[in-house]
Amino acid sequence: MKTLVYIDHFKGEVQPASWEALGVAKNWGTVQAVVLGASGKDLVKMAYEYGADEVFFCDDATLDDYYADVFVSTLSALAAAQSPDAILLPTTTRGRELAALLAVDLNTGVLADVTGLELEGSQIVATRPIYEGKLFEKVVCHTRPQIATLRPRAFPRPVRDESRSGTPIPLEQKGESAVTVEGYAVSESSVSLTDAGVIVSGGRGVTNLAGVDEATAARKGFELIGELATLLGGAVGASRAVVDAGYIPYAHQVGQTGKTVAPDLYIACGISGAIQHISGIRGAKLVVAINKDPEAPIFKVARYGVIGDLFKVLPALTEAFRKKLGK
Amino acid sequence: MGQARLVSLQEVTLKIVTCIKQVPDAEAKINLENGKVSWGDSPLVINPFDEYAVEAALQQKDKHGATVLAICIGPESAKEALKHALAMGADEAILISDPTLENLDAQGAAQVLAAAIRKIGDADMVIFGRQSIDSGTGLTPAQTARRLGWPLLSLAGSIELQNGQVSVERVIEEGRQIVRAALPAVLSVVQSIGEPRYPSFMGIRKASRAVIPTWTLADLGISAPEPVLEQRELLAPPSREQPCEFIEGETVEEIAEKLVEKILAEKVL
Ligand SMILES: Cc1cc2nc3c(=O)[nH]c(=O)nc-3n(C[C@H](O)[C@H](O)[C@H](O)COP(=O)(O)OP(=O)(O)OC[C@H]3O[C@@H](n4cnc5c(N)ncnc54)[C@H](O)[C@@H]3O)c2cc1C
Ligand SMILES: Nc1ncnc2c1ncn2[C@@H]1O[C@H](COP(=O)(O)O)[C@@H](O)[C@H]1O
Repeated sequence: MKTLVYIDHFKGEVQPASWEALGVAKNWGTVQAVVLGASGKDLVKMAYEYGADEVFFCDDATLDDYYADVFVSTLSALAAAQSPDAILLPTTTRGRELAALLAVDLNTGVLADVTGLELEGSQIVATRPIYEGKLFEKVVCHTRPQIATLRPRAFPRPVRDESRSGTPIPLEQKGESAVTVEGYAVSESSVSLTDAGVIVSGGRGVTNLAGVDEATAARKGFELIGELATLLGGAVGASRAVVDAGYIPYAHQVGQTGKTVAPDLYIACGISGAIQHISGIRGAKLVVAINKDPEAPIFKVARYGVIGDLFKVLPALTEAFRKKLGK
Repeated sequence: MGQARLVSLQEVTLKIVTCIKQVPDAEAKINLENGKVSWGDSPLVINPFDEYAVEAALQQKDKHGATVLAICIGPESAKEALKHALAMGADEAILISDPTLENLDAQGAAQVLAAAIRKIGDADMVIFGRQSIDSGTGLTPAQTARRLGWPLLSLAGSIELQNGQVSVERVIEEGRQIVRAALPAVLSVVQSIGEPRYPSFMGIRKASRAVIPTWTLADLGISAPEPVLEQRELLAPPSREQPCEFIEGETVEEIAEKLVEKILAEKVL
């Protein structure tokens, strides 16, 4: 079994789910990895350390910006030359898109956003959520190569072996882009919810503190949430209600129209648990909810619940963690 | 309807195609019945992300004037989703329906949509939703763009049209990337576009009277796409073993300590 793995990065910042894909491929047999763009230089070595047998590297600064068309032409030429049995990509915005485009070029199918993979000979059997995680399907692709995108954190991170190394195999970029990159708007924040092991999330409850207006309450509420998240080495999430109200940037939104997350621990504070929010947290291992309302639907998906005011519970919780963890 | 292109004083009116899918309502209880998906008596609705696509098209129509056309691959009953688009303000709708299209996967949908867009002929821009909430692959917009050979500007949070060029702010993991391409182009949109407008009373009346033409694969001059994926099995999600355990105590401190112990005992940290 020969698998090509796309290492997704933005100006050298890797999407860690790329390593998870590498780990899966390693269990299957031979692994070729591909890194596009000069800024990905350091990732070549890392790809060897995470288990790649060969790493193709397009050391070209013009690919430091993402151009879907040039990226895919480059990748499909590589795939045509190497004929892998499978191509794995992380389910990131670029990974999903490149998988889709590659499948057209290579006349094959995509197993999108998979959460489970088995191998029968060289046939991949993928498990993936449908109906927003209300059901799962097992699906196979009859054509070759089989392309799959892997949901972040659904597969274990392989062990990094710093004694492994290799030389990059040069790769030429193909084609020209019909798209011009004009620039970047200031990144709203550097949250990476999809890769977070712990997420502490706030909903409309954070706007509800007696004696102060909503905006002041929200600032205080997210400060408390931030303190707990930082203590646990996690990230801050939010419901759409507080994102729409402008209390926190969209990058933090969890749910159907935000991020689909899979942390080990998800702490929902003042979130009612609407279906569109829940659909984003089905991958969480442990859900804890803090809510004033014992009837809030979030308690239907939570393993542990506290009925109470988040402005009282959160500081106590942070303090209790600090004591227990000796921090 | 085959309506002739409306010609304004200086230039030809923009034509924007939106691709919409009909799906079970997001609130529906989805169950497995005899190995088949069922959603009880929940309604089938326009895919929520595709409402943003229609909204995006209508915003451009408001700004620049445009003919907005909604297309959908689906059974006869999917005309209801198209009517929703018409009620929101779309000008025309076409259903693409064919008995051979029952088990369409994303790659098949892209082939059919690309053929339909070619038949429409004079589209300047095609706008997709981000993904469908039933199969949820999010592949179709990119695959349609590649089949058409048109530039792809995906995950647009805002759209500007100027001098035959479209520029969009793409909402990506790292923030926003601003990209530009010449028309015709394929876009997909995210919710930052703005909340979809509600159908007006007039819109609903117009939609209820609209005659929506149906195109078959023969009309598109293509044969049924060969499915490349095969669904082997449907599975219910792993059921939650335990109900919620409420942590109680005399003081918040006591509650907090108990909760921390419970969380640490789960060994997730
Ligand atoms: C197409 C579509 C897509 C959507 N996508 C998303 C999405 O991606 N993500 C998302 O989150 N939502 C999404 N929504 C919105 C969703 O339906 C809900 O409206 C939203 O999740 C509600 O947010 P909330 O729980 O913060 O607010 P509310 O529902 O208002 O809940 C607030 C909760 O806080 C509790 N509370 C109040 N004060 C306190 C306090 N001091 N301490 C503790 N608890 C308190 C209340 O009891 C209540 O349960 C979507 C909706 C649609 C139609
Ligand atoms: N049957 C269909 N008819 C029309 N458009 C579709 C259809 N299926 C998918 N689309 C479009 O493609 C987008 C992505 O869908 P998907 O790839 O299924 O997640 C949707 O948001 C729609 O805009």
